[in-house]
Formats: sequence, structure tokens, C-alpha cells
Amino acid sequence: MSNYGTIMRDGLWTNNVGLVQLLGLCPLLAVTGTFINGLGLGLATLVTLVASNVIISLIRNLVRPEVRIPVFVLVIASVVTVIELTMSAYLYGLYKVLGIFIPLIVTNCSIIGRAEAFASKNNVGRAFVDGLSMGLGFLLVLVTLGGLREAVGQGTLFSGAHLMFGEAARTWTLTLIGDYSGFLLAVLPPGAFIGLGLLIALKNVIERPAQRRPAAVALKDAASAA
Amino acid sequence: MRYRPIVISAVLLFLFAVLGSGLVAFMHDNTAARIAENQRRALLRSLNELVPRDQYDNDIYTDIIYVRDAELLGTRDPVPVYRARLNGWPVAAVFAPLAPDGYNGNIRLLVAVKMDGTLAGVRVLAHRETPGLGDHIESERSDWILGFNGKSLRHPSVENWKVKRDGGVFDQFTGATITPRAVVAAVKNTLLYYRAHGQSLFEKHPAKAS
Repeated sequence: MSNYGTIMRDGLWTNNVGLVQLLGLCPLLAVTGTFINGLGLGLATLVTLVASNVIISLIRNLVRPEVRIPVFVLVIASVVTVIELTMSAYLYGLYKVLGIFIPLIVTNCSIIGRAEAFASKNNVGRAFVDGLSMGLGFLLVLVTLGGLREAVGQGTLFSGAHLMFGEAARTWTLTLIGDYSGFLLAVLPPGAFIGLGLLIALKNVIERPAQRRPAAVALKDAASAA
Repeated sequence: MRYRPIVISAVLLFLFAVLGSGLVAFMHDNTAARIAENQRRALLRSLNELVPRDQYDNDIYTDIIYVRDAELLGTRDPVPVYRARLNGWPVAAVFAPLAPDGYNGNIRLLVAVKMDGTLAGVRVLAHRETPGLGDHIESERSDWILGFNGKSLRHPSVENWKVKRDGGVFDQFTGATITPRAVVAAVKNTLLYYRAHGQSLFEKHPAKAS
């Protein structure tokens, strides 16, 4: 049985939803045109993951195995609809930007994946931490990719912050490169694929030295088990 | 006895379905008014950009009729027309037509036509045109859309309602002709519709607010 530290590290790095499991690519690639869009969808997915993991862990002894999948889908769909309604009531600007991608969270395989693989077999505390770390891991990939594509494609960062943080945030936009004509490829879908590919490659490069030195791995495992 | 597990499963599934839809219905009840208010405010903001608040005194959001004209308004569905009045006199009609031939699907527009047939202005409500190229039709990204202000079917004449590449007077963008071509055509068609129906638009009773 894994402890909380391992669960956290799994979600954030080792078994990251976006970079390792490669789940939920449709929203990941579609909305990461800017940092703020990535942050918005990331937060919505994070809340969905935590809520669905907790609920499914709570009912895990109640649900018979043969109907578990439809029940999971019901739970996830209800949670997402509630989030969608809340967003369009309180964050209308952002809702208009992310509009069609919010219902799509239902189809994000990582959510039912975590429900089936983790939440339905673990207690509420673990399921909560798992949802939180998986969601955070996904959110980090979304904002990194969004930030990269925005910087390369438009030469700005945090544009559209007012959609999330109110009118005062209109001034948050950083212009990295003045008078930049833009690099369209980064904004278009191919830029999303290329950017994600580069991020995955980067993760593999970072991990490789650790794999070459077995002693280091053993030490790391010992440290996380403690 | 063999049916027992099946029945239990069915009841469980039913209970979860009831719980789930109950939760959604509860949330819907609690947010519906606020969401409607958000939509109203967002649309009013766009409307007021076209017809300034001091030029009308009626409740423009509810003084609305629906018209149909697949040919000129870009859709078979009813198109809303918001009517601005001052002291009961017609000021402008604001159409929400579609430009059906954008580069990537429909472009939803808001076209405000003053009583005399000149444009008070045009705005884009929603589109899926290429970011960085076609999205210059948004007022936040470029001033192109403001070029419609004050135009009418007499100025320029009907045959000049085209982008420059097609021999008309409206600018296209570098690398994107299809998008402005679609918008220019949709605005022209709306003006044609207004010329054909004009005054009668203000005489109909408002449709019940939906």
C-alpha cells in the first residue's frame, strides 16, 4: 500500500496524467493557447478529480462491481455539471472562453481512470490526496504548455487574466517581446502537439540520469518510504 | 433467488441516477437566475457599444422580435432583432445574424442598423476563425470591424460591398480573405433585409422573453 508521499509524487511526476499516462489529451491540446485558459481548465479538472475521487471512495463498498462503471460515470457527470453551472454563474467571462471544454471533462479518461484504478480501492483520505496530486500534475502541464505557447505564439504572458480575476487583472498581462508579430504555429493545434512532445522529452531527459545510477534510485525509494 | 443481485444492482443504479439528477436540478435552480443575468449583462454590454445608452430609453433586452430569412440572415432559425426606441420612436434595430461562410464555421454577428439604414456598428459575438489571422474581426484585436460604422447600402453602393480583392471597398487581412469576405457579405445581407422590411420591424409586438 502506498503512502501519501508516494501518492503525491505519482500524481505530480512519476505517473503524471498529461506527460506519462497521456490521458485527457483532447482538452489538454485544445485549450492551452494561453496560460490563463490552461489554468482555468486545470482548476476545473482538479476540482472534478478531487470531488469524484472522494465520492467514489465513500461509496466504494456500496456499489456492486457489475454496475460500478455506470455509477462512476453518473457521479462524474453530475460533478462536472455542477461545476459548469457554478462557473457560468460566478465566472462568466472564463466560462465563455472554456465553454465547450467544461462538459468535455466528463470524457477526460483520467477521471474515470483514477476512479476505477484508485478511488474505488482506497479510503477517502488517500483518494482525496490522489485526486489532488493527479489534478495538480495535470494543471501544471496545462499552465506550462499554455504559458509556452502564449509566449512563443503571441509574445505575452497572462493575457486574459481579467476573465478569471476581475477587471483589475487586465494590467497583469506581461509583454515579453514588444511589437511581436506572433508565431502562428504555436497557437494552432500543431503547436500544441509539438509543445507537448517537447515537454515529454524534457521529462525523459531529466529522469534518465536517475535510471543510469541504480544506487540513486534505491536511495530515493528508501527516502520516500520513510 | 438468482435474481436478487440483479435487482439490487438495478435499485442501486436507480438511486444513484436519482441522486445525481437531484443534485444537478438543485444546482440549476440555485444558479439559473444568476446565469440568465450574466447572459443579459454580456449581451447588453455589446448592444450598448453599438447603440449608446443615452440614445434609447426602452428595455432593449425585452423589446425583441424574431425574424426568419435563410437567404439574408444566414440561418433557417429565427434571428433575434432588438429594438431601440427613444420616447417611443424607433432609433435602431440590432440584428443577431450569422455569417454562414466563415473559414471555420458560422460567425455570429451583432449588426445595429439605424432608422435611416446606416450602420450604427457591427460586432462579432462568437467565431472559430484562425487565431492570429481571422480573429482580427474582433473589436478587441483590431479596428477593422469599426470600419462599418456609418456605412449603408448607398455608401458604398451595393455592388461595392465586397473586400478589395473582389473589387469592393473593404480591407481584407494579410493571409485571411475568407473571414472578412464572409463578414462583409453578412452585413450587406442584413442591410438588404432591413431595406426590404425596415419600418415594419418596429410595429410588431415583442416576442415573449425566452
